[in-house]
Amino acid sequence: MKRLAKATLRTALNLLFFTVIATAILAFTYSVTHELIAQSEDAAKLKLINQVVPAILYDNDLINDTINLPASPELGTTQGTIAYRGLLHGQPSVVVLESIAPDGYSGKIGMIVAINYSGFITGVRVVTHKETPGLGDYIDIAKNKWINLFANTSHERFQEEDWKVKKDGGQFDYMAGATITPRAVVKAINKALHYFEENRDKLFVTNPSKKEATP
Amino acid sequence: MNLQETKDILYNGLWKQNTGVVQLLGMCPLLAMSNSVVNSFSLGLATTLVMTLSGATISPIRNYVPNEVRIPVYILVIALLVTVVEYLMHAYMYSLFLVLGIFIPLIVTNCIVLARIEAFAGKNPVLPAALDGFAMGMGLTAVLTLLGGIREIFGHGTLLSGLDLAVGEMAKGWVINVIPDYHGFLLAILPPGAFIGLGMLIAGKNYLNLRGEQKAKMIKIHSANVRTA
Repeated sequence: MKRLAKATLRTALNLLFFTVIATAILAFTYSVTHELIAQSEDAAKLKLINQVVPAILYDNDLINDTINLPASPELGTTQGTIAYRGLLHGQPSVVVLESIAPDGYSGKIGMIVAINYSGFITGVRVVTHKETPGLGDYIDIAKNKWINLFANTSHERFQEEDWKVKKDGGQFDYMAGATITPRAVVKAINKALHYFEENRDKLFVTNPSKKEATP
Repeated sequence: MNLQETKDILYNGLWKQNTGVVQLLGMCPLLAMSNSVVNSFSLGLATTLVMTLSGATISPIRNYVPNEVRIPVYILVIALLVTVVEYLMHAYMYSLFLVLGIFIPLIVTNCIVLARIEAFAGKNPVLPAALDGFAMGMGLTAVLTLLGGIREIFGHGTLLSGLDLAVGEMAKGWVINVIPDYHGFLLAILPPGAFIGLGMLIAGKNYLNLRGEQKAKMIKIHSANVRTA
């Protein structure tokens, strides 16, 4: 019995030894790479944001001027998201929202929607989707320019009933073979615009807690 | 490690025990990521790297690992190596990391890595163990790339699309339009295309094997005939 206990203990210690070494190596790799990872993620984010926001619209550090938004049915989000805020000469000019269309053909379609202060969309990009390759995936800029239809649209330009695909009597073109996908996208963008209009002042409020956190 | 041993390991990994078309281990990434040459090749290389490193890491510690807990330790080492590779890729090849996405962590669950460690690296010295991991990985990479190429040609009519994600903007012009003005063939891109393509590759390998055997038999009969004559 004693011998068994001893053997068990030795095995456990052995396993612990390997775990500690592995953790140490992992911690070292993390410490070497995490700054680079953060940098490349920021760069990728900025690259994406620059596709939807013309660089002349802001002169602040847009990537780091963020506000946390709670989950919202209008944005289709089930978790808190981050909105990026662009300022020009200290005046609010543009905001980048994350929006999710929950009713794509195969699951959620994640997008970023940039809206300028007067309520016009400056650009939209689909960030994540699982739509059928070759049919519904034209919402992705890598496949098709379709998503650019939304640039420069607003509730001023299109009435509420125009925010549909043409098949449903709206203003937005779609491609034959896949209407569920664009329908979901149009609906989500419309809702994001509503969200913006209702929360515009809240979105641009300077976040006091954040100011304190970064002296 | 002598020359014959080296040859055997390479021959086993690349052809005789090929993980993609003979052992049929590691099907998850094989089927999921083989929709283009660039994806396939990149994931193949990442797996090869992990397999080589894990072979080289497990082999020297094999005598210190208690037999009862060897599998947890192996998994620990594989998970460690995969995470290290993931961090490095995330830091230095970000756009490629985005493409391969969740399949990098999934290398851990790729049976072939653990299988080779259990079957080979846990019983052999460092050099052969590393070489075995490398050869098995390259065998997988070859099958993956071939399958990726077939699916990309039939599915999109192109080759090397997405290369710019791996090596930079300049590669955008390197995409080869094999079939110009092609409208795409959905079946090849979707998962069934992977199964059909893989099935054909396996059939092709078996055909080559059979033909080789028959040829060998013929030669044998022939030389026997010559001797009796």
